[in-house]
Amino acid sequence: MATKKLTLVLMDAPFENARTVTGLRLLDAAIRRGHEVTVFAYEGAVALTFAKQAPHANAVHGRDAVQEDHPLPKDWIAALMEAAQLNGGRLDWVNCGLCVDERGVGEAIPGARRGSPADLWKAAEASDNTLVIGTR
Amino acid sequence: MDSYLLFESQGPLESAQVPLHYELAAGLKKAGNKVTVFLVQNGVTAARRGLRTDAVARVVEAGVEVLADDFSLRECGIPPSRLAAGVKVANLDMAMDQLAEGRKALWL
Repeated sequence: MATKKLTLVLMDAPFENARTVTGLRLLDAAIRRGHEVTVFAYEGAVALTFAKQAPHANAVHGRDAVQEDHPLPKDWIAALMEAAQLNGGRLDWVNCGLCVDERGVGEAIPGARRGSPADLWKAAEASDNTLVIGTR
Repeated sequence: MDSYLLFESQGPLESAQVPLHYELAAGLKKAGNKVTVFLVQNGVTAARRGLRTDAVARVVEAGVEVLADDFSLRECGIPPSRLAAGVKVANLDMAMDQLAEGRKALWL
């Protein structure tokens, strides 16, 4: 199949719901196929790329942070961005600026940029398809 | 004729809306469209054989393609041998291909 332009819209905050993992799995499938993908993250999803996410120890189980190996969405997304580059595709990650300001999560990982709902409209207009994964 | 891809992420006991989602899928099919329901996350629990509802069976009988995400099946401990008749094991690559071909996609 020829490469396509796709837009994926995410709303869930990190560490909250299986929808985030499914959304990133879909993103992975798109990137492996070389598709050009725009992600528009809004509401809690803008924290998915927050650079200050940090692993923590688990005192209850007596494990330090390294042993706990806590997964961080920002690392998964950075890996997806790298995979897109290696695969000849493109992952443009846009965080809704108003949602970022509300939550104070302006420090995003490299590759994630600030935008507005107008960016979502432009991306959807330019895309072959758009999927919205909203919070319930 | 239009083509639809409906992601069902909720189980049948999770929300009263889920049966309505199945009705939507069957209705779209009855209207002459090509329809796939992609069960993912807790949505795959509806595909268990022997469940006290024939909701998914009726969707299959309506001619809707019903796919169950293999990753979600493993998470829920449902082996393929326990799936209701007509439900096929799939992966998200298949859903991505349908999305890329331009199907109208809804996350339910």
